[in-house]
Amino acid sequence: MNFKAWWHRLGSPKWFYRVSGPWQSLFLSLALALLAIGTVWGLAFAPPDYQQGNSFRIIYVHVPAAMLAQSVYLLLGVAGALLLVWRMKLAGLVLETLVPFGMGATALALFSGAIWGKPTWGAWWVFDGRTTATLVLLFLYFGLHALRRAIPDPAAASRACALLAIVGVINIPIIKYSVHWWTTLHQGATFKLTTAPAMPAAMWAPLLVNVLGAYCLLAANLVAKLRNAILRRERSSRWVRDLMDGSQPSIGPAPSPNRPSAAPSHSQRSAAP
Amino acid sequence: MPPKRRNRLLAVAFVLVGAAAAVWLLLLAANESLNLFYPPHKVVNGDAPVGVGIRAGGMVLEGSVQRAPETLQVAFTLTDRQGADFQVLYDGILPDLFREGQGILVRGQLDASRVFQAEEVLAKHDENYMPPELMSLPTNGGSGLASPAEPH
Repeated sequence: MNFKAWWHRLGSPKWFYRVSGPWQSLFLSLALALLAIGTVWGLAFAPPDYQQGNSFRIIYVHVPAAMLAQSVYLLLGVAGALLLVWRMKLAGLVLETLVPFGMGATALALFSGAIWGKPTWGAWWVFDGRTTATLVLLFLYFGLHALRRAIPDPAAASRACALLAIVGVINIPIIKYSVHWWTTLHQGATFKLTTAPAMPAAMWAPLLVNVLGAYCLLAANLVAKLRNAILRRERSSRWVRDLMDGSQPSIGPAPSPNRPSAAPSHSQRSAAP
Repeated sequence: MPPKRRNRLLAVAFVLVGAAAAVWLLLLAANESLNLFYPPHKVVNGDAPVGVGIRAGGMVLEGSVQRAPETLQVAFTLTDRQGADFQVLYDGILPDLFREGQGILVRGQLDASRVFQAEEVLAKHDENYMPPELMSLPTNGGSGLASPAEPH
């Protein structure tokens, strides 16, 4: 398949709905398994830090949440550009449905950071470069949420949100490089692409598992929300009505509550008077 | 690419570049106040204002911590290990991570004799984490672990 045909199909909500059915459960089960393994491993089996003791374990929540917070915003920015320039329907739906997830991840990152900050830094909150930029990120999510509800026309609301998402992407490199540009209280990145993490594998391996699990959770959330949004937006189109009509017979006649639809088993029959 | 789409792409790129330039200029203008703290050499050479609430940071010099026997008062020296250091006086509870060799941030004022009167002491830690067992190993063969602070 050449790229152009693939690209056009990706932009089609109908095609996405057709192929994405199995993805949702795949990503969700992967996410739950990875998060369960990573969390138990990190909280119960990873060694404590020589300085921070057990309070360092909040890294297993904080880092995945912070990575999600920034990745989701980046995704929103890309979706905004795809919507504004290429008028891609699916991108508009991404922009619409992913905001609450990113908002939650950002809030979790700030909250877990505050809990971590109190025992290690000695303060719940410091107006540090990175913490302040992350707070701005949370406000950007609030802004996207509010802007969509402030404009009654859905198409106009989508375009306004796309623009805000694109402009807000500037905040992402500021969060990323704040610890290098300025003298800050926040420590540097835990995972870097170029160098090995500055901690033993027993500490970073559970973190990596949790990060992968968090991204799977993002994928599962995105697919589920997109499928819902597609059905809602295309509810008057023919393929959705066909889908709904077509699914009716497969459910079969609703079983009445006092008569079990399955044939009664031997024991049930003998138990009956 | 159709001209209409190219125009939209150019408009989006223009908005992004314009906003980035605006933010860059803002950050450039506010650069000094965006730094959370003054490092020791700026405190020593007089860049840090006297009698104004500021933050300063550095490493706690080994052997410099003196505690008053009856009160919470503590005096210590912050250094950058490159020749610049200044004295800090503090009256309060130190964070758990406060120890010699540790990076520390203090909030307060420099007095006329350039002693830092701290109102708040924050501990800075880095992204190097390691289990306590590794601390007892004499060397790690340059595995990139930070030079550990001396626990006491």
